[in-house]
Amino acid sequence: MCEQCGCSVSHEHVRVSDAKGTVSSTPADPHAIAVLTHILRENDELAAHNREHLSAHGVLALNLMSSPGSGKTSLIEATIDAIGGRLRIAVIEGDIETENDAVRIRAKGVPAVQITTGQTCHLDAHMVHEALHALDLSAVDLLFIENVGNLVCPASFDLGQHANVTLLSVTEGDDKPAKYPAMFRISDLVLLAKCDLLPVLDDFDPAKAERHVRALANRAPVMPVSSRRRDTLAPWIAWLDERRSKLPRPSATAHAHHHHAAE
Amino acid sequence: MHELSVCMSLLREVERAARGRAVKEIAVAIGPLSGIEPQLLERAFAVARAGTVAERANLVCHEKPVRLACSACGQEVEVPLNALVCPACGDWQVRLCSGDELLLESVTLDVEKEAL
Repeated sequence: MCEQCGCSVSHEHVRVSDAKGTVSSTPADPHAIAVLTHILRENDELAAHNREHLSAHGVLALNLMSSPGSGKTSLIEATIDAIGGRLRIAVIEGDIETENDAVRIRAKGVPAVQITTGQTCHLDAHMVHEALHALDLSAVDLLFIENVGNLVCPASFDLGQHANVTLLSVTEGDDKPAKYPAMFRISDLVLLAKCDLLPVLDDFDPAKAERHVRALANRAPVMPVSSRRRDTLAPWIAWLDERRSKLPRPSATAHAHHHHAAE
Repeated sequence: MHELSVCMSLLREVERAARGRAVKEIAVAIGPLSGIEPQLLERAFAVARAGTVAERANLVCHEKPVRLACSACGQEVEVPLNALVCPACGDWQVRLCSGDELLLESVTLDVEKEAL
């Protein structure tokens, strides 16, 4: 039922941007060209290209998203330590400003490419494509793409990742999945970060956070992790290994850079 | 606020459809699960259209409702954007019929301007 006018038909609400206020054309307008393309078509095509490129090299690529300060970089550092050289890791760091996060990762002996987005609030497939050219993918098994800290904008842009991993730290509200449904609906894994703090926080209920994810019809695993407690990382590392085992076998032939011809 | 990035992409798709001809109207479909706020897109459009084939065009946003079809009980219903399981039977195996659109529907050419 329509909430605005109470009619029983679910119709859409039309907005016209210009003050002139008249919708001059109808679908019958002979000068209307039906298009029906995704507005982010260019981004999506380049993302598909990135994914193909990564798969061809047998690289599992993960898009790490969260609010600022949820502990994405700390989790990557702890994951590097936990994996301990068993897999070759690389990191693409997205931040509005500074190389600080890339410096932290390089201190672990892991290659890191910093993308500084200026004032842009998200990474897109073009930025990741550029960053991929700065990495030797034949020497990488696992690529973390740390998105700009933001639970809104990154949800709209496919980067070419194989899976979305969203961190929700227990110092935030357990209702974040209900507040940011676009992000949590597309998450393939939700990590409840900083779980070592749960004993001193009486207002974050992990079961409630999981219920909010389930309400989005999302069956993704919801796992508590702490970058400060190695023992909490085992399920996350097992998830990484499982996702890696599901990657298609890298093709023997070199990946060709083909470009989609415009119509 | 990523609506400006989205608006630049929209204008590239419009230019591609219009092939240099002036445009008087652009129709888009936006669902709330796309993460795009139509009002912000409109404001970004008012700035971004300058110097493009759409510099005199109206942007018409068709705001789509979030609608599910339940594969368990067959219901098709409109739901709030953060309650995406079937409200009738509680099943999570649902198909989103509408609500995540970010679609350029049509471009209407400005034939009067063309004739001048």
